[in-house]
Amino acid sequence: MKKKHVLFVSFLCLALLIVLAAVLAPYLVPYDPFAASLTDALKPPSAEHLFGTDKLGRDLFSRVIYGSRASLASALALVACIFALGSVVGIAAGYFGGWIDAVLMRLADMMISFPGMVLAIAVAGILGASMTNAVIAVALVSWTKYARLSRSLVLKIKGCEYLAAARLTGSRTGHIMWRYLFPNAVPTLVITAATDIGSMMLELAGLSFLGFGAQAPMAEWGLMLSEGRSYMQKAPWMMVFPGLAIFCVVVVFNLLGDSLRDVLDPREEE
Amino acid sequence: MDKRQCCRRLLQIAVVLVGISFLTFALTYLAPGDPVRSMYAANGTIPSEAVLQQTREEMGLNRPFLVQYFDWLTGCLRGDFGRSYSLKKPVAELLAARLWPTLKLSLLSLLLMLLFAVPFGMLSAVYKGKPVDYLVRGCTFFGVSMPNFWVGLLLLYVVALELKLVPVVSSGKGFDKLILPAVTLAFAMAAKYTRQVRTAVLEELNQDYVAGARARGIRERTILWRHVFPNALLPLITMLGLSLGSLLGGTAVVEVIFSYPGLGNLAIKAIQAMDYPLIQGYVLWTALIYMALNLLVDISYNYVDPRIREKR
Repeated sequence: MKKKHVLFVSFLCLALLIVLAAVLAPYLVPYDPFAASLTDALKPPSAEHLFGTDKLGRDLFSRVIYGSRASLASALALVACIFALGSVVGIAAGYFGGWIDAVLMRLADMMISFPGMVLAIAVAGILGASMTNAVIAVALVSWTKYARLSRSLVLKIKGCEYLAAARLTGSRTGHIMWRYLFPNAVPTLVITAATDIGSMMLELAGLSFLGFGAQAPMAEWGLMLSEGRSYMQKAPWMMVFPGLAIFCVVVVFNLLGDSLRDVLDPREEE
Repeated sequence: MDKRQCCRRLLQIAVVLVGISFLTFALTYLAPGDPVRSMYAANGTIPSEAVLQQTREEMGLNRPFLVQYFDWLTGCLRGDFGRSYSLKKPVAELLAARLWPTLKLSLLSLLLMLLFAVPFGMLSAVYKGKPVDYLVRGCTFFGVSMPNFWVGLLLLYVVALELKLVPVVSSGKGFDKLILPAVTLAFAMAAKYTRQVRTAVLEELNQDYVAGARARGIRERTILWRHVFPNALLPLITMLGLSLGSLLGGTAVVEVIFSYPGLGNLAIKAIQAMDYPLIQGYVLWTALIYMALNLLVDISYNYVDPRIREKR
């Protein structure tokens, strides 16, 4: 096994550990993350409350662990959505050409010639604040990237003889797209998706921080940071730990994405 | 870029602007909230159904969607973006008032970023594979993984609250109000740009002219600063244009943290108040700035890179 494989597997294990923590959150946390007890409000970190407590006396450690559920679920759902939507539209546009292609490329141009976060904030705000709407908003502005990518990959192999042979032997269009075109586009798309998870998480947390994502009393890191902001002077731990959690998870997923690229991308071979 | 290309780009910009404007207009039209009701709610009154209806008619909100859209669009072409519901002022005036603070902040953060990214990117490229390179790359890696709102909060806590070096709230005049927001914005960008500088410099160092210059016995420092650096800077210009464009529209998070009176902060307030004309105006305005900057960057290539001029 090469060094890059070892790296990839170890980062994968770390990522799985985070996923495991999210799944098993109810068994890991010492306190109920939603149980308020005002007598314990704004306690600094101690042996009893590892990360301290927030303004309602909720245990911050439990809330940070629970926060991984919201962040992971929404970021993974988001990446899966734009991956599926982008690759289907992109492959169709590349394969069929014509007006589908024209419309898609104009849409993609529109998204590229515009700062995505501005539109995402506007969409999330207008649709109403919720985690689902935040995911929809970010998905709406980022799916074109995947569409462009898969389209260009399809265009590259469109003229290949084995595709002509497949058509000649009477393969159905759906079959060609699924069995010939899609597998060709997958490695590049997967690399892009893996490296995107971290930045998507940051964008979603940013929307929640602004109040356009998760709503109280949900345990979500961006939201917890914005709650911590108003208690910065009295309880700095309220903003330190959720931020640290985002940071660590994003680091792990970025490392995972980079190492996956090293494993899958043949161009890096020297 | 010759005249024909320029015209094509201008046409493309017009198409994108119309598309973006239609999209935001449709979104605000489809949005679940009622702007008339929220306008009265902001004033603290609960109007009767008849008053609501009358206000809707006065504001032209009961007309068909397309009529409203074209009305608004023709208004925009004349520079009239409508009136803000919540602030009771012309949208164009509100946006123009916020432009300068945001521009100031964006330029300062770009400057700070370059001051960091250029030396460290070059250092990392020149000492590729050495400890310095690994250190710089490690730092940039952590830099891109830090949420910028967290960086902002930490800076606010340490520098403003604990050390009391700068004011906590960044509204009002004065240079010291700009420092923390600019540093926060520069932080994440610096990480990204350091990587870019490194890649660009490495690419140039592999070119034949560098080998030629070395063969002629030119000092390494001269090669680096006089030959490699200007060439490596070229690809950065495009990125700088894009960054300035998105900074001008997308610094909302940082502006909110520091209560900085910029465009992003205004947009957030507009969205919270369901102030549709202001939201639409803001989105259109940002798109316009962003695309105009990109056009300028492409045109500037003509002057910066003689090769492009020659090709014509």
